[in-house]
Amino acid sequence: MELFALIFGSIFISNIVLAQFLGICPFLGLSKDIKSAVGMGLSVMFVMIMSSSICWLVYTFLLVRFGLEYLKTIAFILTIAALVQLLEMFLKKNVPALYKAMGVYLPLITTNCAILGVALLNIQEDYNLIFTIANAFANSAGFTLALILMAGIRERLDDADLPDAMKGLPIVFFVASSMALAFVGFTGMI
Amino acid sequence: MKLGKEFTKGIIAENPLFVQVLGTCPSLAVTTSVNNALGMGVAFTAVLVCSNLVISLLRKAVPSDIRIPSYIVVIASFVTMIEMIMNAFAPALYASLGIFIPLIVVNCVILGRAEAFAGKNPALPSIADGLGMGVGYTLAIVAIASIREVLGAGTFLGISILGSAYQPALIMILPAGSFITMGFLFAGMNIYNRRKAMKKEVM
Repeated sequence: MELFALIFGSIFISNIVLAQFLGICPFLGLSKDIKSAVGMGLSVMFVMIMSSSICWLVYTFLLVRFGLEYLKTIAFILTIAALVQLLEMFLKKNVPALYKAMGVYLPLITTNCAILGVALLNIQEDYNLIFTIANAFANSAGFTLALILMAGIRERLDDADLPDAMKGLPIVFFVASSMALAFVGFTGMI
Repeated sequence: MKLGKEFTKGIIAENPLFVQVLGTCPSLAVTTSVNNALGMGVAFTAVLVCSNLVISLLRKAVPSDIRIPSYIVVIASFVTMIEMIMNAFAPALYASLGIFIPLIVVNCVILGRAEAFAGKNPALPSIADGLGMGVGYTLAIVAIASIREVLGAGTFLGISILGSAYQPALIMILPAGSFITMGFLFAGMNIYNRRKAMKKEVM
């Protein structure tokens, strides 16, 4: 039950993009069409679940053990960078189909603040491994949901007759603010 | 003379937030009050100046194949230092900025300056560049925070300026408010650029 509340809360109530403001760059940059939104969303899910669990293991079994907790920012960013690089090489060699779908998004993921942010939040909230994995899954699902919703809206915005000043980024921010308001409506469900 | 130019370009002509659209995450998240935005701006500028300096000193020693990981290590070290300093001397600010202090590591402005400027230029211009970009970024987030705090709470730096009759627009403090503020500011930028382009045509 607690696990369910965590997952539901992370997807809807404190959505990672619309309430916590992590991963705004890909949210603005890769939401032009649904196809790339789905690709980016799935890649982020895959990497976030792996990186969160590995960072949790690194923190618990290496940093805490040797009293190096203060190095967690450096340790985590290096872990994530190495993981993404390894993943890219592994997929390229062994699962070319998946590499074709995710390849272009993988390098972008290293500097996605959502990945590092969730890894750090898991430690800050003192989650155990199961909660860490659940939280990573829920946050990345929330990211994917927001990204795909935004891409769906933007595909229709292409045909809309907008004032010149609103074209491009400004209207995307206004759409995002309406989405954020709509998500506020989920507050109080748990 | 040239140093001055490196410094001023970051403030308006190449403003990291409004012109390059980099580092949007903290600009949305920490701008609920001017105080937070100032704190974030100072921390950000400190990290950027230090990392620019060290990266420019190391530029001949680091092989170009592994430059990105080494930049990240340099930046992450300075972020960790700033994090500890803030935790010790400004615990209230540290608590309210929360996760966004360690996340300066993945702020694309810093890595972007390392790659575009500090990795290719000597130490002094790199410091000027970092300082200019830092001040530009700070001004940008303080501008956003001023709009949000004045409209959303009726205060500026915690001091009431709109009087007790003002009914605060709570939405400006909510996440939605930051998106609205950014939307208007970027729309304003669009209009400004268009006017400038038209003036050039007439001339």
